[in-house]
Amino acid sequence: MYAQGLIGKPGGSVSDETEEFLAAFQARIDAEEKIEPKDAMPAAYRRTLVRQIGQHAHSEIVGMLPEGNWITRAPSLKRKAALLAKVQDEGGHGLYLYAAAETLGVSREEMTEELLDGRAKYSSIFNYPTLSWADIGIIGWLVDGAAIMNQIPLCRCSFGPYARAMIRVCKEESFHQRQGYEIVMTLARGSEAQREMVQDALNRWWWPSLMMFGPHDADSTHSDQSMKWKIKRFTNDDLRQKFIDATVPQAEFLGLSVPDPDLRWNPDKNGGKGGYDHGAIDWDEFWRVVKGHGPMARDRIKARRKAWEDGAWVRDAARAHAKKRAARKAVLAAE
Amino acid sequence: MTETTPLWEVFIRPRNGLAHKHVGSLHAADEVLALQAARDVYTRRGEGSSIWVVPSSAITASDPAAAEELFDPTADKPYRHPTFYDIPDDVGHM
Repeated sequence: MYAQGLIGKPGGSVSDETEEFLAAFQARIDAEEKIEPKDAMPAAYRRTLVRQIGQHAHSEIVGMLPEGNWITRAPSLKRKAALLAKVQDEGGHGLYLYAAAETLGVSREEMTEELLDGRAKYSSIFNYPTLSWADIGIIGWLVDGAAIMNQIPLCRCSFGPYARAMIRVCKEESFHQRQGYEIVMTLARGSEAQREMVQDALNRWWWPSLMMFGPHDADSTHSDQSMKWKIKRFTNDDLRQKFIDATVPQAEFLGLSVPDPDLRWNPDKNGGKGGYDHGAIDWDEFWRVVKGHGPMARDRIKARRKAWEDGAWVRDAARAHAKKRAARKAVLAAE
Repeated sequence: MTETTPLWEVFIRPRNGLAHKHVGSLHAADEVLALQAARDVYTRRGEGSSIWVVPSSAITASDPAAAEELFDPTADKPYRHPTFYDIPDDVGHM
């Protein structure tokens, strides 16, 4: 479902690479060459990618939880089938991304351990609870919408395996946003109680969705280097602005109000094309939630740990069975 | 968490008549589970009519550092391409 760019600083900064090596690498990036796993690359480039792709993968996997919460309570068979398919997609997206990170020399087991013991970060958005069915619609529309905004430029990321994974993810993601908007539309055109429910969900998810794009450019420490390496193609603020400009009219179409009293159309924005000015984002809340103080942070990790521990016997059994089959095959071959 | 599960590379034939193409990788204990996981992970929307799974450890790859010596010489051999040869238009399509 989504990456916030890189959350926190890439670990370590010591490098023993020569100026020539770094300049030659930058020249390849500037020429829009893709970097493949076995190519020589600066240690910091590798580290940044391992952390960013890992966080992205964890976000997909943890992102299954808030929505999974509503599968058994979906209001119709159609909605249930769509939600199941969406959650299954998120699992698949996590796997594509873990595989992309593994090409950089980190193992799936290491990444899983980091998530389970709290060292690894994931998108702060998934630390909010899904309180009503309307949240499922709003998540598809806003959270997947914001994710798509962010992920489309990642399809052109300089690291080949990440870019290829993102192409697959983006192809699958557009159904997520459309099914979400359809749920929101149905509720917005429903009874008074349904309208109130969906407006309440929009009120709760609007600001966290804007935070998904990460801190303002001025406060985003490693953004410049990621842009230089063409891991990122647009700044956090540019993408956030694009998202707001695309989403506000979609809310107006449904007669829903965006919970920002300072939201105004500004005809001079975006080089004269016009765009929306928006109110101040509560960054204290963002950092609190990123650091694991979100309302659901403990539950999310607890659920992942339980899934990992409860699945241990399945992994053990599969490996034992594989060994037994391989041994039997060897005996047959020897006869 | 110490024991790792083997890595497999997945190739999919979109439909008969086309070659199997690499689509990604996954972890599985053996080839039976690898095929099943490949079907779940890589063919949820009719992407294929046939799947190959290959243990990643069975693949031998060329060294990117040797790319120049391996592939650059072909650039000096334009005579391997049909457009290198001048044939008058009057001869017709050849």
